[in-house]
Amino acid sequence: MIPELGHFALALALALSLAQAAFGLWGAQRAAPRLMAAAAPLAAGTLLAVAAAFGCLMWSFAVNDTTVANVVQNSHSAKPLLYKLSGTWGSHEGSMVLWVLILALCGGAVASFGRNLPSALQARVLAVLGLVAVGFLAFILGTSNPFDRVWPPAADGQGLNPVLQDPGLAFHPPLLYLGYVGFSVTFAFAIAALIEGRVDAAWGRWVRPWALAAWSFLTLGIALGSWWAYYELGWGGYWFWDPVENASLLPWLAGCALLHSATVVERREALKTWTVFLALLAFGLSLLGTFLVRSGVLNSVHAFASDPTRGVFILGLLMLYIGGGFALFAWRAAAMTPTGIFAPLSREGGLILNNLLLCSIAAVVLVGTLYPMFADLLLGQKISVGPPFFNSATLPLAVPLVAAMAVGPMLPWKRARLWPALQRLWWAALGGLAALLLCLALEGQRLGPALGFAAAAWLILGALADITDRIALFSRPRAAFARARGLPRAAWGGAVAHAGMGVMILGLAGMGLATDRLALLKPGESVALAGYDYRLEALRDAPGPNFSARRATLVVTRNGRPVTVLEPERRSFPVGRMTTTEAAIHTTWLADLYTVLGDERDGGAVLRLHHNPLAPWIWLGAAIMALGGGLSLSDRRMRVAAPAPKLAPKPAQEGAAA
Amino acid sequence: MTRKRRRLYLLLLCAIGLGSATALTLSAFQDNLVFFRSPSDIAREAPGPDRAFRLGGLVESGSLERETAPDGRPAARFRVTDGASTVPVTYAGVLPDLFREGQGVVTLGKLGPDGLFRASEVLARHDESYMPPEVADALKRSGHWNPDQGAPPPAASWNTLEPERLPPGRSGG
Repeated sequence: MIPELGHFALALALALSLAQAAFGLWGAQRAAPRLMAAAAPLAAGTLLAVAAAFGCLMWSFAVNDTTVANVVQNSHSAKPLLYKLSGTWGSHEGSMVLWVLILALCGGAVASFGRNLPSALQARVLAVLGLVAVGFLAFILGTSNPFDRVWPPAADGQGLNPVLQDPGLAFHPPLLYLGYVGFSVTFAFAIAALIEGRVDAAWGRWVRPWALAAWSFLTLGIALGSWWAYYELGWGGYWFWDPVENASLLPWLAGCALLHSATVVERREALKTWTVFLALLAFGLSLLGTFLVRSGVLNSVHAFASDPTRGVFILGLLMLYIGGGFALFAWRAAAMTPTGIFAPLSREGGLILNNLLLCSIAAVVLVGTLYPMFADLLLGQKISVGPPFFNSATLPLAVPLVAAMAVGPMLPWKRARLWPALQRLWWAALGGLAALLLCLALEGQRLGPALGFAAAAWLILGALADITDRIALFSRPRAAFARARGLPRAAWGGAVAHAGMGVMILGLAGMGLATDRLALLKPGESVALAGYDYRLEALRDAPGPNFSARRATLVVTRNGRPVTVLEPERRSFPVGRMTTTEAAIHTTWLADLYTVLGDERDGGAVLRLHHNPLAPWIWLGAAIMALGGGLSLSDRRMRVAAPAPKLAPKPAQEGAAA
Repeated sequence: MTRKRRRLYLLLLCAIGLGSATALTLSAFQDNLVFFRSPSDIAREAPGPDRAFRLGGLVESGSLERETAPDGRPAARFRVTDGASTVPVTYAGVLPDLFREGQGVVTLGKLGPDGLFRASEVLARHDESYMPPEVADALKRSGHWNPDQGAPPPAASWNTLEPERLPPGRSGG
């Protein structure tokens, strides 16, 4: 019964979102207040219906309802409850329902927080969100129904891939989707702006918080995924330039560019066309990511061809939304006239440089991700593009980006001179140089990590210089505290996010100095790596709840003093016949001691030991970046949603709609 | 600064950005594209010793030897086959959990002048029934397996059986 209710709720949501799209678009076009007013309650209705469907699916997983095909394929009664619940979005069908749920949440948020938006703009935004929901609900109902029944019921489920049974991965998809789908709102605002042919400061003030929120969630989601890969997959790396990872990096880059250029629209009413373009691009890349991950095209272009319905359906949606969006852009973009004038060297100019570099990096990553697919389809060549390509193609673009990142916030709007800004950064530059020389002196001729440390010092100190400069810490120290309290949160947020990037680069540079060692140890023997001694104490069997494990006990000492005991495991899961490697990690915050148990031979075990300097700071840096986004989001200017400029455009609005 | 001048500067900047991105991509492609080669491809035309490529096929049954290198590092030797040809591989490292004899594998490395493939990475990170698409393709090209007729036949028989003598529809593994 419950699964049928869920199925019905999905169909209801489809009908409601169709009405939401129709009423919103038609009402705004006809300037009919009643029709427009219907869009918001319909969005709330869609949200309720999708939430009900999601709840039904979750319930089916919680009680392990083996008459539901999706539960049978992805769950098992012996699984802990957390993983039963996270199994709701562990499968293809469930994850699409989560996708639509978050989309409906965004619609609900626009409906409830957007009451003081111009009513035509709100109606159009809700209509576009409704249209996107229609497409994806039709996709779920047509090709991947999560509530399909099986009869007779299976004895038990087939289990979730044990690699995915992990708290980090339980929360990775929801965060990532909050990011992906959050860009649907900026997309909807862009489409609405194109239909109206008007972009103003109020529009920028509305788009920026959404871009910020989506970007922050995406940052957290990517970081969580990378952290999971680091500790769970046991390869000792944190980023593999895997197509699935790139699929999430692309909207992050575009979103990062978007939230910077939206600032220019909000403050200076310039770069309007470009910002609209970026909003379309960010959501387009999110959809592309969904397509790449969900169509199976990445495993093989042939897998895509063998199960065409899903892939073709998503490809169709991608074409419809992105093609439609860009066609509208080509048709209407000329209607938007920039008003703010600025010199090339100014805050605006700096933000353009940021956009240019971020988009170039995104273009390089996009080409590297898609080229193997096209080479296979068109030329019949089996090619792969690995980390060396991405490293050598993106690093030259990242270097000027990082160099400009500390200078940009120092530049005033409209017209700036470079020299005064650089003067205020002299100690950041000095810090960077010191880090470079120190690293070269201590670690020898390792230019990559040394440059990384220099960049990290430059960014962190640059953000610090920005803040101390704004609160006049050195020139008027007495008033500094009061000034710090009065400084807008957006300024704090920007500085914190830039410093977070610096912290992340610190971690990346540290990982550039990572060392590892492979050793065959018998119990009682020991091996040294990076100043630590690892002694193998014992090798034994260790039973788990739904797996059996082989565990090595390693005692780690440094100069004879005990540091920690590490117990890496190899687990084998009888359900699904899988083996996983559980790395044991001890962090001193300055370095991770990372051990992996390999196969056993001649009474000993093969152990892979990694010494990863500064590794935790990669993900902490990402978290700090997201925190900066959150701080910026809590700025008063965003919450109040700009009452003053918003009242002015209203009469013009009615004139345009009539 | 007039609007026209500004637009010119912007366009110029965009052109420089796009141009440098294109140049970087192309030059990185030149050095870093990794091609996939099956053992038969190597028998036909061996890549140079400096060129890294991916070698894929089935791990020949009974070919896996675990050894310890002179410097004390554990290493593994095995042979990768697509039925028609075989390439010996050496790898110093921990073999992945799902590495099995008779199953598909993809390795990344360079071919030495002695014909020994020195792998720096061994990928076998899927479930037991998974066949890497490149490997499946290589097996099809060497005429040893038609995927429409079920799972691949056991690898043990591949070196001894002639392609046409393989019974149709036989399922293995």
